[in-house]
Amino acid sequence: MARRDTPEINAGSMADIAFLLLIFFLVTTTMDVDAGISRRLPEKQPIDAPPPPVIKMKNVFEVIINRNDELLIEGEYHEIKDIKQMAIDFIDNGGGKGNPMPNEVDGKECTWCKGAKDEASSDHPNKAVISLKSDRSTSYGTFIKVQNELGKAYTTLRNRLAKELYGTTYTEMVDDLSKDKGNATLKDKIDKIKSMYPEIISEAETN
Amino acid sequence: MSKFSKKKKGMPAINTASLPDIVFMLLFFFMVATTMRETSVMVKQQLPTATEVKKLEDKRLISTIYVGEAEDQKKYGEGDKIQLNDKIADVSQVRNFIFSQREPIPEDERDYMTTLIKADIKSNVGTINDIKKELREINALKVTYSTNIGVEK
Repeated sequence: MARRDTPEINAGSMADIAFLLLIFFLVTTTMDVDAGISRRLPEKQPIDAPPPPVIKMKNVFEVIINRNDELLIEGEYHEIKDIKQMAIDFIDNGGGKGNPMPNEVDGKECTWCKGAKDEASSDHPNKAVISLKSDRSTSYGTFIKVQNELGKAYTTLRNRLAKELYGTTYTEMVDDLSKDKGNATLKDKIDKIKSMYPEIISEAETN
Repeated sequence: MSKFSKKKKGMPAINTASLPDIVFMLLFFFMVATTMRETSVMVKQQLPTATEVKKLEDKRLISTIYVGEAEDQKKYGEGDKIQLNDKIADVSQVRNFIFSQREPIPEDERDYMTTLIKADIKSNVGTINDIKKELREINALKVTYSTNIGVEK
């Protein structure tokens, strides 16, 4: 039997079709991952709610941003780069007894704090409130920068604590958890560190 | 006639059979690595940059509110505008927007719903606060301020 060559199929237009599809996907899709700074808003209080417990002024770290994006930290003018260290000093002060941790009746002193134990500064990380007040016309960019610096302060402290307790940083632990979602022991560790340095940031508006 | 025939003139055809394969490979890469653009953004968007960020995983549970100056200032005027879905809207419409986003989500997952505020770097905190006030009213308490992911210096 005579061997017959199969005729070659012209696939020249295949590339064109694939390019067409490719360009379509390039145009209609985005690659960006949504990321951002997460915060939890305070719950709405009913009108007949009991007045909130009085917070001692020494447990409040006051950051005010004015309409010209200038910062007033604890009543003094400062720059954005100063916030982080000031916040760390304030949160980590540990000058007294804190709120009772879960499963405890009385508040204990902060044994993991390395701060100055200044009487005039915060008692305990779980009592230390950071109050961020901003003007209506404060620019959003500055607001985020300040939020970011405050976040950095907490991360620094948590990293330090995690290094002491578990030999790895908090950031690494969070990264590991995002890769291995079902890891319960790791999650417990992270929650423990979070409860030892809870992030308490209150955002208010001044006019 | 000589034994050696003269070479054919011109270039031989280049075999392009692998070209579609390469393009298909690119195509599949883009199909897998990207997500569909859902809304066209009608406000100026230059996001601030931050390092302490959390990536948002589940797109289903995110409702996005865009804030910024309108691209088309002749039509919408100056100042910060709020965009919900594909329309420039008013603060008072934020409520209904969140309700409509909440509707298709199963009851037990509603607590994980997050409102992503994508605001321009130059917009005012006042506008954001107005939105936050609305969100508090309807108990949508999880908020994320969208930023670009920066690198630690």
